[in-house]
Amino acid sequence: MAEVIWGLATSHVPSIGAAMDRGKTEDASWKDLFDGYAPARAWLAEHRPDVAIVIYNDHANGIDLDVVPTFAIGTSDHYDVADEGFGKRPVPDVVGHPELSLHLLESLVDEGFDLTVFQELDVDHGLTVPLSVWTPDPGEAWPCPVVPILVNVIQYPQPTAARCYALGQALGRAIASFPQDLKVGVLGTGGMSHQLAGARAGFINPEFDAMFMEAVETDPERLTALSRQDYVREAGSEGIEMIMWLVMRGAMRAEVTKVHSHYFVPASNTAAAVALFDNRAPATA
Amino acid sequence: MSSPTAGAPTGGGRVDVPGTPIFDGATSRRGIRMNKMFMSLRTAEARERFTADEAGYCASFGLSAEQQRAVLDRDWQAMIDLGGSIFYVYKLAMMDGRSMQYLGGVFTGTSEEEFLAALRAGGRRG
Repeated sequence: MAEVIWGLATSHVPSIGAAMDRGKTEDASWKDLFDGYAPARAWLAEHRPDVAIVIYNDHANGIDLDVVPTFAIGTSDHYDVADEGFGKRPVPDVVGHPELSLHLLESLVDEGFDLTVFQELDVDHGLTVPLSVWTPDPGEAWPCPVVPILVNVIQYPQPTAARCYALGQALGRAIASFPQDLKVGVLGTGGMSHQLAGARAGFINPEFDAMFMEAVETDPERLTALSRQDYVREAGSEGIEMIMWLVMRGAMRAEVTKVHSHYFVPASNTAAAVALFDNRAPATA
Repeated sequence: MSSPTAGAPTGGGRVDVPGTPIFDGATSRRGIRMNKMFMSLRTAEARERFTADEAGYCASFGLSAEQQRAVLDRDWQAMIDLGGSIFYVYKLAMMDGRSMQYLGGVFTGTSEEEFLAALRAGGRRG
């Protein structure tokens, strides 16, 4: 069976990728953010999975508004890096894992999560920036194949937090029932609090972010009780994308071990965070 | 095992937060022609055609007169009000060399510098 060995929650702000691509990670405005990644990266380098599942959303690059799937999964063996307007990021294209994708799809549909299927998909910063947070210098290839799972967080009605967590729990069962022995990393992306438009643009709420960061580790059910209105009010109209962390968390054990976390303001217009959790069974005495 | 579908509290419902545009289905219907035009600007060839004849390019995507005026005037607030999604509107802003902090300044009635300073001070509250 396949096993989730870790979960990595991280913001996917495009400027984080741009800072890396342009060699600005030591600049004064960025250094604390990237220093904060270092312990997570060191641990992850020692715990390489066979496949990674990335929960993310597209931003008008791989998909447009013709079709707005609430939940979707990529089933390809290859995902091109999207050209978001000024050339592709100088990072490797993404290798898929179609066998795992199709197994997850079957299992999730059988559990009542009717995901849309992407047989072709260009992946944007929502997916590639988290891979860069994990692996700053991938060379010719990312550390392992990737299964993309997409969540609509852009157009109301977004799925509820409770539904995202339930999807994650079903995802965890689907991973466990995959017949091959695979080590799996799950990335939950987006957040933290931010709002891009409106008179409240620039809104950041460190108290809510701190509560969320603590609860996602120790009491995720608490976060599923929050409504869409709660998320938009407390985290901003774009901060609602933190619900994607709950998909990751749902796929993990009830008790996880935090390896590292770090919180930083601002990455572009956003409060940015990284949180890494070890999901391996606790050692028995 | 609990059912993933039936009868549970939804945590759903409408969203209404002051100063916060909600990109809902009606807004997306209103803005879809304009948003598709913004998305097209990912390619250099499209950007060249847009730059050569902005009005003609907008017309070819079927923008309303109001939307076209907002685009040609770079009235960013009007683009949002007329159904633009910030992620799509940002394609045009990038083309113009405008940052998300510049747009934040426009939306909040401050300068880009003031908006950036507020972010660096920990973000705007409220």
